This record gives sequence, structure tokens and C-alpha cells, in this order.
Amino acid sequence: MRDELQKRVVKGPDGVEFEVEPLKDYYCEAPPAEHPPAYLKIVEDLFNWARSQSLWILGFGTGCGAIEMRPLMTPRFDAYRYGVQWRPTPRQSNLFIISGYLSVKTLKRVIRSYEQMQNPKYVVGLGSCTINGGMYWDSYNTIKRLDDYLPVDLYIAGCMPRPEALLAGFETLKHIIREGKAEGANLYARNFDWYKANQKKVIHDWDMPDYNW
Amino acid sequence: MDFDWMKIPYALLTLFIVVNYGMLQNALIAKIGARVGRRRGIPIWQNYADLIKNYSIRSSITHGVMYYLGPVFRLSGGVGLLLFVPSLYGSEMFSNLSFAGDLILALYFIFFGTLGMALGAAESGHPYAAIGITRGLQQVSAAELPMALAVFSVALQYQTLSVTEIVAAQQGGFQNWTLFTNPLAVAAAMLSFLGSMMRPPFDVVLAPQEIPIGPPTEYHSSYLALMQTNRAIFPIAKIVIYMNLFFGGATIWPEFFLKVFLIYMVSVLVGVVHPRFRVEQSIRWFLVWAVPIGILSIVLV
Repeated sequence: MRDELQKRVVKGPDGVEFEVEPLKDYYCEAPPAEHPPAYLKIVEDLFNWARSQSLWILGFGTGCGAIEMRPLMTPRFDAYRYGVQWRPTPRQSNLFIISGYLSVKTLKRVIRSYEQMQNPKYVVGLGSCTINGGMYWDSYNTIKRLDDYLPVDLYIAGCMPRPEALLAGFETLKHIIREGKAEGANLYARNFDWYKANQKKVIHDWDMPDYNW
Repeated sequence: MDFDWMKIPYALLTLFIVVNYGMLQNALIAKIGARVGRRRGIPIWQNYADLIKNYSIRSSITHGVMYYLGPVFRLSGGVGLLLFVPSLYGSEMFSNLSFAGDLILALYFIFFGTLGMALGAAESGHPYAAIGITRGLQQVSAAELPMALAVFSVALQYQTLSVTEIVAAQQGGFQNWTLFTNPLAVAAAMLSFLGSMMRPPFDVVLAPQEIPIGPPTEYHSSYLALMQTNRAIFPIAKIVIYMNLFFGGATIWPEFFLKVFLIYMVSVLVGVVHPRFRVEQSIRWFLVWAVPIGILSIVLV
């Protein structure tokens, strides 16, 4: 645990001493809860349609695949016409694209960002590296199977997949969402202990709270 | 005092029309912006999908009471602005809740949402939100100055603080519009208009690539959906004020839609061809170019 996360006594600028416990003061201690579909089927279908037509991607590139996402914003591919947009903050996005290899160091940030997204949220693994490690299969510092650490809804295979493959992947993801099968956030909450154990198995210097909403 | 209760459903009908018109127009404007960049742009119904999706998000977290109230203040700023000025001149149904001093109230409501947002975003505790809201308040304050001067000039010109009477004085042909009877006030107000529409060159508040979207960084799900609803209402409500004060108002809905769209397009046309100003540049720009015109218009009246 890093020093600044330890419980300690701090002296304020006005001379008053007070106790700070960052893990309790700044972070939520509650584990994630399951939020099952709560409404009538017809309402949930409408919501799923809206979710599928409004995919907000978290602007977070982990590996070389990030460079395949940029052309999607340009006139040549223009993913906006399919309801796909990029958001700069995890709070507002509902789609996390793990673009390529994922080093253990980046995995920490990915977990924190993923947990700050709101239910329902989707994960797409882009490229072979997220399936079995790809060309980094024997690397000492990348993870091999993304599905062990985050619930993945869809893989787009290739090294690297072209932007067209990404567009096709978005269409497939829309089908999955409309069928109501994209419940990754609930899966994560249900198997939270298993995911955390897997994450801690590879991240040896775990210096963050277990759950950062 | 007797109050005509039928005004309330009529006002709600106005609100309904304006929300839908605002959503479609925002999408259309986004499409026009995309075409300038040689893209196809979002579908015309994209804003509805985004709105339903944000209302349908199952979990949400809060940072405190003001965090809740921020979007509420913002939305009430937009709705209040819309409901206290007449949408259509001479219409029994769509005069809304206008009264004798509504011009002053409108000036207040334009600022109200920004202040509410400042309190809410500050409580979210995100540094980008704090930076964004500081820039926003500075810029809006600077942009509000020429607008206020222009409004005073118009109020002096027509000797009234009632929007309805100002519109009434402009009827009978376009040569009676304030645009032609008091062009300096209109010029000052239109320069201020550029600054408050969240479009380039004055969009440093949101600054998508620099401080990831600024004030609403921490807002999500229903909070964000409230703010999106306001994004549909507020620009229209603001343009309604401009239309009533400077461009002769509207007497039927098609005229209303056309005038609102054309006034909006002024900021779009400027926006798509200009890069972004920094805050100190934009404040200087308002003080150097817009404020003197506003003062001159008051002096000449």
C-alpha cells in the first residue's frame, strides 16, 4: 500500500490536526451490486435499443490497437453515423474497448476505469492479444486472457483488425445488447471475488482500494 | 388578481414543442458541422437515443446535495427562461407566463443555470470540473456584459421592460425590427450571443481535447440526461429572447422555427471556421469589440 493511502494525522494550514484515512474517506467500501433488468420486457427492450444505438466509448487506448480506433472518427469511416461516440470520462461511457495487448501496469488503470463506469457497461477485446496473448504470449508483463480479469462481451480478432472489422464488431455488439445478453456488469458484480482474485494474482503491487466505484 | 389556469397546460405544450424541436435541431446542427468536416454525422434521432439511454442507466452515484441540485438548477434555468417570455406574439396559447417585467427576469435566468452548474460541478470534486467552471463563469460574465448593455438600450428605446410590448412595437414589416431601428444594440448582442452558445471559438469551457469536457466530467446517467434535456431547451429559449427583442418575434410556429434556426446558424457559421479562443483572449475580445458597441448603442438611444 502506498504511503499516501495509509491512515495518518494531517495538520491543516490553520494549525488544526485531523485524521485522514484515504481508503475510507475518498473511496467506496461497498462491493458492486447487481442491477437486474427492473422493468417490463417492452420497456427493457426500448432501453436496450437506446443502449445499442448510443455506444459511448471510453477514450482509453491500451495497446497498438488504439491507432485503429482513430480512423473511425475521420470522414473515411465516420463511426458517428452508427451512434458510436467517444467520451473522455468513464462516468459517461458505456463501452470499454481494450485495444490490443494489456500490460499488467495498464491493467491496474483499466480496472479502475472500468469500475467507475455505470451499469450497464460493455467490454470489447480488440485484437488477438486480448484472446490468448497474441504475439505477446510469452511476455513477462502482459496478461494473456482478458476474460479472466474483466467480463468481455465481444472479441474482434486480428492483428490488427482493420477499422472495418471494428465497425462490423459494433454491429454485432448492438445485436447482443438488443437481445439483452450484454450483462457484463452484473456478471462482474456476481463473480466479484473471482475477478478480484485473478486481478491480484497478476498485479503484485496492489496499491489501490479493492473497489473504486 | 385572477390567474388563467389554462395557461399552465398551454405553457407545458410550448415546452413539449420546444424540447422536440431542440433535440432535432441540435442533431441537424451537428450534422451540418460534420458535413463541414466531410463526414455524414450522427443520425437525426441520435439525441433521443442518447437521452433514453442515459435515463435508463441502472446505477448512479452521488457526491452530495449540490451535486444533485446542479443539473436541476440548470434545467430550471432553461425552462424558466422559456416559460417567462412569449414564444409566439399575439397567440393566446403560446404567450406562456409573460408579464410586465419579464425582461429583467430573463436576464437573470440566463445566468441562473451557469451558477447552479458551478455549485454542482464544484461538489463533484473533479479538478477538470473546477477548471472548466472557472473558465465558464469568467467567459459568461464577460459575454453577458454586452448582452446586458444591448438589452438596456432596447428597453430605453421602447421605454418598457415587457418583452411582449417590445415585440408589439416591432410589428408591421421588417423595417420596424430592432435590427434596423437600433443596429448597434443588435450587433453588441449578437457578439455576446457567439460567446454563450458553447460553440467555437468560445468553447474552451468544455474543451473536449484539453480538459475532458470540463464541468460535467463527473456527471452521468440521469444527471447527465437532465443536462442533455437542458441542452435542447436552453439555446432555443435564449434565441427566443433574441428573436423577440431584435428580430420582430414570431406569430406562427413555422416562422418561429425558421427564425430560431437562422439565428442559431449565425453561431454555427462562425464556429465551424474559427479555432478556439483561450479564456483571457475571449474576455479581451468581448471587452474590446462588443462592450464599446453596447455602450455606443445606449449613448445613441
